[in-house]
Amino acid sequence: MANLKEVRIRITSVNSTQQITKAMKMVAAAKLRRAQDAIIQMRPYASKLKEILENVAESVDASGSGVYAKVRPVNKVLIVAVTSNRGLAGAFNSNIIRTVNRLIGDTYKDQVKAGNLKVLAIGRKASDFYSKNKNLYAGNHNDVYSNLNFNSVATIAEEIMQEFANGNYDKVVVVYNQFKNAAVQYVITEQLLPITPPERKEATKAVNDYIFEPSQEQIVLDLIPKSIKTQLYKAILDSNASEHGARMTAMSKATDNAGELIKELKLQYNKARQAAITNEILEIVAGAEALKG
Amino acid sequence: MFLEIITPDKKVFAGEVTSVMVPGAKGQFQVLKNHAPIISTLINGKVKVKTASGTQNFDVKGGVIEVLKNKVIVLAESV
Repeated sequence: MANLKEVRIRITSVNSTQQITKAMKMVAAAKLRRAQDAIIQMRPYASKLKEILENVAESVDASGSGVYAKVRPVNKVLIVAVTSNRGLAGAFNSNIIRTVNRLIGDTYKDQVKAGNLKVLAIGRKASDFYSKNKNLYAGNHNDVYSNLNFNSVATIAEEIMQEFANGNYDKVVVVYNQFKNAAVQYVITEQLLPITPPERKEATKAVNDYIFEPSQEQIVLDLIPKSIKTQLYKAILDSNASEHGARMTAMSKATDNAGELIKELKLQYNKARQAAITNEILEIVAGAEALKG
Repeated sequence: MFLEIITPDKKVFAGEVTSVMVPGAKGQFQVLKNHAPIISTLINGKVKVKTASGTQNFDVKGGVIEVLKNKVIVLAESV
């Protein structure tokens, strides 16, 4: 039978662990709400921008214009891996790293062999993992989470766009967790550059006879960088919300597990206590018997 | 006419206005009621909004404006 004191110490330690996981769950829930708000706030901008881009592209053949739409043979690839700075979020980060590794080992293995594949880490978990491999590592942007807003993400996007325009990369993909709900996140691999041309809606053409200033082509050229920035911003916001959702779920499970563990330990403790009492009574009774005799 | 000023971080303004002055790429211009449909890019500058209760100024950093059927939408990268 386990020592009474030992069991008591274990119960206390599991109890304090449970308190921590419970607190982390609560914090994650609050942060999740804020992250979800940010997604909702940016949605009108993204959808409107897309709509205007479609309206403009409708009558002009913009698909072939612009440096960001140029499709080149894929020799040099950049993978943007969006993870979090902190752990304890279930499979959130390992899912991203597994997907990126699959891209490295399978889809782009020829580029890796030629040393033409780079990984740009957003979030400390990815930078910790890929900084070990100097051939792959292209730097990190872990500080983006300390003040997550459009401008800080736009700076990263501009850097990537510049590299693409200079021909340092022929293709840029983003790997991130898409937010579905607190319990479900999908790992998404999305092509950032070259852009896929906006869809052209033929039907509405006659209805909206727009004046374009300065010119349709120029507007498309101006809007495309904006839409690329928006796409990256959306990916990072999604990933941020997913992180807190994943952590909330993981911590909720951990709290439940701790509760079960405590239950088992309490049972064990009470059994041991009962056995000790029974033993004592046995001794007393035996002693009394001996005196009588 | 109805005006919305939207940035990726939040909706800055939404409401009925009488006129909007924006820094268009080809020069500043004013949008009044029943303006013809227009899409124009904006440069950095001031957006002057006139409502029934007064005027309001917004400093925008680049963006695009769309006017369609008395609905004005300004998408700015930051305000």
